[in-house]
Amino acid sequence: MTAATTDVAEPSQDTRKAGRFVYVAGVVLLCAWVLVPLYFLLINTLSSPEAVNAYPKSFIPEFDLGSLTFFAGFDGILTALKNSILVAAMTMVMSILIGAPAGYALSRFEFRGKELFRLLILLTRAFPLPLLALPLAVMFIRTGIDDTVFGLALVHTTLAIPFAVLITFSLFSGIPIELEEAAWTLGCNRVTAFQKVILPLVLPGITASAIFAFVISWNEVFAAAVLTIENRTLTAFLLQNLDTSPLHLKFAGGFILVVPALIFIFAVRKYLFAMWGIANR
Amino acid sequence: MAVIEIKNVAKRFGEYQALHDINLTIADQEFMVLLGASGCGKSTLLRIICGLETATEGEIWIGGKRVDHLAPKDRGISMVFQNYAVFPHLTVFENIGFGLRMQKMSNDDVKRRVERTAGLMHIEQLLTRYSGELSGGQRQRVAVARALAMEPDVILMDEPLSNLDALLRMEMRAELKGVLAESNTTAIYVTHDQVEAMSMADRISVMHEGKIVQAASPIEVYRNPAAEFVAGFIGNPPMNFLEATPQGGGKFSVAGHSFDGPSAANSNLQFAIRPEDMTLAENGFPAVAKVVEPLGAHLLVTCELDGKLFRAILDSEMQVKPGETLKLAPVKDRIRWFDPETTLAVA
Ligand SMILES: Nc1ncnc2c1ncn2[C@@H]1O[C@H](COP(=O)(O)OP(=O)(O)OP(=O)(O)O)[C@@H](O)[C@H]1O
Ligand SMILES: [Mg+2]
Repeated sequence: MTAATTDVAEPSQDTRKAGRFVYVAGVVLLCAWVLVPLYFLLINTLSSPEAVNAYPKSFIPEFDLGSLTFFAGFDGILTALKNSILVAAMTMVMSILIGAPAGYALSRFEFRGKELFRLLILLTRAFPLPLLALPLAVMFIRTGIDDTVFGLALVHTTLAIPFAVLITFSLFSGIPIELEEAAWTLGCNRVTAFQKVILPLVLPGITASAIFAFVISWNEVFAAAVLTIENRTLTAFLLQNLDTSPLHLKFAGGFILVVPALIFIFAVRKYLFAMWGIANR
Repeated sequence: MAVIEIKNVAKRFGEYQALHDINLTIADQEFMVLLGASGCGKSTLLRIICGLETATEGEIWIGGKRVDHLAPKDRGISMVFQNYAVFPHLTVFENIGFGLRMQKMSNDDVKRRVERTAGLMHIEQLLTRYSGELSGGQRQRVAVARALAMEPDVILMDEPLSNLDALLRMEMRAELKGVLAESNTTAIYVTHDQVEAMSMADRISVMHEGKIVQAASPIEVYRNPAAEFVAGFIGNPPMNFLEATPQGGGKFSVAGHSFDGPSAANSNLQFAIRPEDMTLAENGFPAVAKVVEPLGAHLLVTCELDGKLFRAILDSEMQVKPGETLKLAPVKDRIRWFDPETTLAVA
């Protein structure tokens, strides 16, 4: 539905056509906004160094795998990729394990300072990470978790938790308390009622917020660059190494960063749609 | 055997007192209806019996066992919720069998029990559907079937029919009553619909502002309301009230006429009479008809009498026009008296 057809009670053929045009144009524009840069990235990644710097450009990739094979052989890139996945996965798990119970408590229990607490959760995002980086680094070194995957995952978790709490809060709030109460009267205790009734209902939403946490961690570069040296994540690793690389390698590096995230999101798109309440079967 | 005893139960939400010292005993296999206006504490009382809410004071006993400290699942009760609470992620079959599976009943037994209960509620053909694919009435049936499948000692129902249309409600009312009568369960049924209460209940407990005003059989509640509130709440239209002043010797003057009242009383009282207990008679009260409403079976006439509105239900054959003066006389043995100080009935 477009604005043109909903606002007017009986739209004429013309307004309907115009509305349809605006709608299609909007969709095309949005798709182009996302797809065109990705396409350029793809072409340049699959081009020889000469073609990357050439002008005018060809719109058909050459399928020159030179840049990619360079990266595949690049020392440390596989470790960095592994670190990235590890950190993101740990972030995902920790932010849900900590965030979901908090979201549940916020939606189901009344306690003093609840509103303030919700505000504070959001406010944690107001601290610029660079401000925290130095004290964090000092603390990490003291506790001995500096330059570890786990330490970085902890930082990423703090970044992801506010979203995890707020998303799960609205998920749990959307489930009528009567469903839980019905389960209690039918032989469940709090835990089994949660398992059998609440969890199946919120799982799509939880998954979506987990994915969100994963992506936050995957994209994060500042903390990763400051807090790790040996155990760099892919973003930090590439940032460090691409700075001085030739253009074709920068493109290939960007491609390597984007693709796993895209594949991941594509694989779990069903849950993302579920989060927006769009049925996608 | 599941007698329910509610002893001195009170409930406060912060400053607000929702229930005041409730005492009620519900006999085994009795169908008790809690009736009262919105906000009077019906759901709160039901939820306390169920264990979803804890009483601030008092005790709940079920089947001779004190259950206050027990979780809902350990009280031998089932509950039907006002908004159905049918699990959306499970089929009708799994919804009805949910409690049985929690009891680790074998698959065959679950199947047998679910099919029988579904048969009782006439939803056998819906067993594979999800709640999103059901109408309100069907969801209602699933909710009741889910409670019945547990074969509980006690079943609690919180306005289970309130979301249905009038016709379906009438149908379900009769059906539910039939099913429960066969199941040997003690039932507490919450409603604010007096027709539902009158037609289903073995006994009605009328609640008002967190107190039980009267607990008696429907006909008793209707004929002999224990308090002015009950008289004004039950019956459609409710009872008429007129001022009565004592004349001594048990006589009371009401709108210029003399009636035999409670002999012990010699203060001002309220004279109360149901609209359908008025007849046309030469020696009746002169009442000016204001509004005449033909209701098919009867004629509802709203008149002015003694400076107040007064309703009478007359035969539908009567020809009454607004402005006309009617002579209305009460049926003597249907007159009730209330003390305006205590608002309680006096005999
Ligand atoms: N959790 C609560 N916190 C504060 N007050 C409450 C709470 N639950 C109920 N109340 C109050 O207690 C009173 C009784 O509520 P209850 O739900 O028992 O009414 P009810 O008789 O079931 O009404 P209805 O017919 O509208 O369902 C109401 O005034 C309500 O505002
Ligand atoms: Mg209620």
